[in-house]
Amino acid sequence: MPDPARAFLLQDRRGAPVVAVTALNKTYASGLTALKNIELTIHHGEIFALLGPNGAGKTTLINIICGIVNATSGRVLADGHDIVRDYRAARSKIGLVPQELHTDAFESVWATVTFSRGLFGKPPDAAHCERVLRELSLWDRRDARIMTLSGGMKRRVMIAKALAHEPRILFLDEPTAGVDVELRRDMWQLVRRLRDSGVTIILTTHYIEEAEEMADRIGVIHKGQLIVVEEKGLLMRKLGKRQLILHLQQPLTVLPPGLSEHPLELSDDGHTLVFTFDANRRETGIPGLLRRLSELNIDVKDLHSSESSLEDIFVGLVSERA
Amino acid sequence: MNLHAVRAIYRFEMARTFRTLMQSIASPVLSTSLYFVVFGAAIGRRMGALDGVSYGAFIVPGLIMLSILNESVSNASFAIYLPKWSGTIFELLSAPVSYAEALLGYVGAAATKSVMLGILILVTARVFVAYEILHPMWMAAFLILTAVSFSLFGFIIGLWAESFEQLQVVPLMILTPLTFLGGAFYSIGMLPPIWQKITLFNPVVYLISGFRWSFFGTSDVNVGTSAAATLGFLALCIAVVSWMFRTGYKLKS
Repeated sequence: MPDPARAFLLQDRRGAPVVAVTALNKTYASGLTALKNIELTIHHGEIFALLGPNGAGKTTLINIICGIVNATSGRVLADGHDIVRDYRAARSKIGLVPQELHTDAFESVWATVTFSRGLFGKPPDAAHCERVLRELSLWDRRDARIMTLSGGMKRRVMIAKALAHEPRILFLDEPTAGVDVELRRDMWQLVRRLRDSGVTIILTTHYIEEAEEMADRIGVIHKGQLIVVEEKGLLMRKLGKRQLILHLQQPLTVLPPGLSEHPLELSDDGHTLVFTFDANRRETGIPGLLRRLSELNIDVKDLHSSESSLEDIFVGLVSERA
Repeated sequence: MNLHAVRAIYRFEMARTFRTLMQSIASPVLSTSLYFVVFGAAIGRRMGALDGVSYGAFIVPGLIMLSILNESVSNASFAIYLPKWSGTIFELLSAPVSYAEALLGYVGAAATKSVMLGILILVTARVFVAYEILHPMWMAAFLILTAVSFSLFGFIIGLWAESFEQLQVVPLMILTPLTFLGGAFYSIGMLPPIWQKITLFNPVVYLISGFRWSFFGTSDVNVGTSAAATLGFLALCIAVVSWMFRTGYKLKS
């Protein structure tokens, strides 16, 4: 689905958030404060990527929403249900694929998937379980013991277990950690299909380029605080930098004083000038720079522009708060 | 009530039993049969009747109790410790399952296995010694009550334990000595008076005595006291496990 159409759909679905986190705090018994006053709203049918360095609080936040860790204070609603008072309704809507490969080594794939469905209060449905296993290319291995599967296949089993009870909200905590390229591509295709079927996906990943490609919105968590939550496109426009790279005919030894009013950097070899500008402003300053270069008889043999990746923005956000 | 979850946990645990039949059923039956051969058939022939019951028959209830106590504790503690150890406990904690439902599934399966084992030993004992059951309904009640109570106790140990060693400490260092000293192989009336009094602090005495009464109509302590002690232990285990679940003791941070 093209981005503008998705953006419209998301806008349309904003009526009732599927996950609403209010004033959430978590301090462990050890005294470690993992989350500080988290406010977060996840919309129906979106892919929300939660980014943050190791130990930032991503998994703690997911574990609280899923009921695995108790919050110190605050409130979480899942599909309108309080996760503490109305935990049955809330949890039945949620599927979780944890970061670690926690599996029942001696069970068969089929047994563990049907077990998960029952555990989440759903009556047996062999057709659904078969569909999930086929979708994840596990059907041929349904009778295999989990201990005999490769790491990638075990990761698929974890996803199959999480999908066995037809959740409306799916948490994927580092789902592609340690899996090969092909499987990673398969997984993201599955995520897109799930999103298109109306499942809300909340994922954490270390592969920021994947978040950039997949997510509708991005949240960045750092030292227990949610420092940014934004539409991906908007975030990149707001926080992203654009640069004009000018390759010079003749190298410069130093930046001429006549160019000091422009935000320019000269490369070490003197062959390249890098001009950083704000693409959102009406006046980028590029025409003025080019005129000035001409006046100073600095010939340009080639030029091109570039923009920040999500990774650049993420690193910038985290490092400025380090 | 999430009956699908209760059934899923119960079936999952029972499947584990049938997958490990040698360890779960055959091994306890074999070791109990050896007790019958050694104490019942060999040594028992040289011993006189106890309260009018042949020694071989006298030890039948005690041996069944010995197996049930050990198996209940071992099954239930392992059932909840294993997911904690392997990390799969996350699924139970994130599922729409109440603590009572989780208990029903895990403890129900552990108690079922113990009762199955008890019946199997009862049948096996018939091969070695002749006995009659005077109060079969009471026998069944004591059997089930003990299996449930000690499965709950095992569940508590499984929640508390942080290593496989700790998992074994209570059954090996406390439960087995208490059972052996609780009159499994003798009547406490055979002990010197002072030890008879001390023995009464052993809770297993009441279980074995009540169970033996259901077979032969004779007991070391009053059968009402035995029933009350068993029910009291059950209530205590329920209270402890409820507190553990309510506070998330060693389950949730």
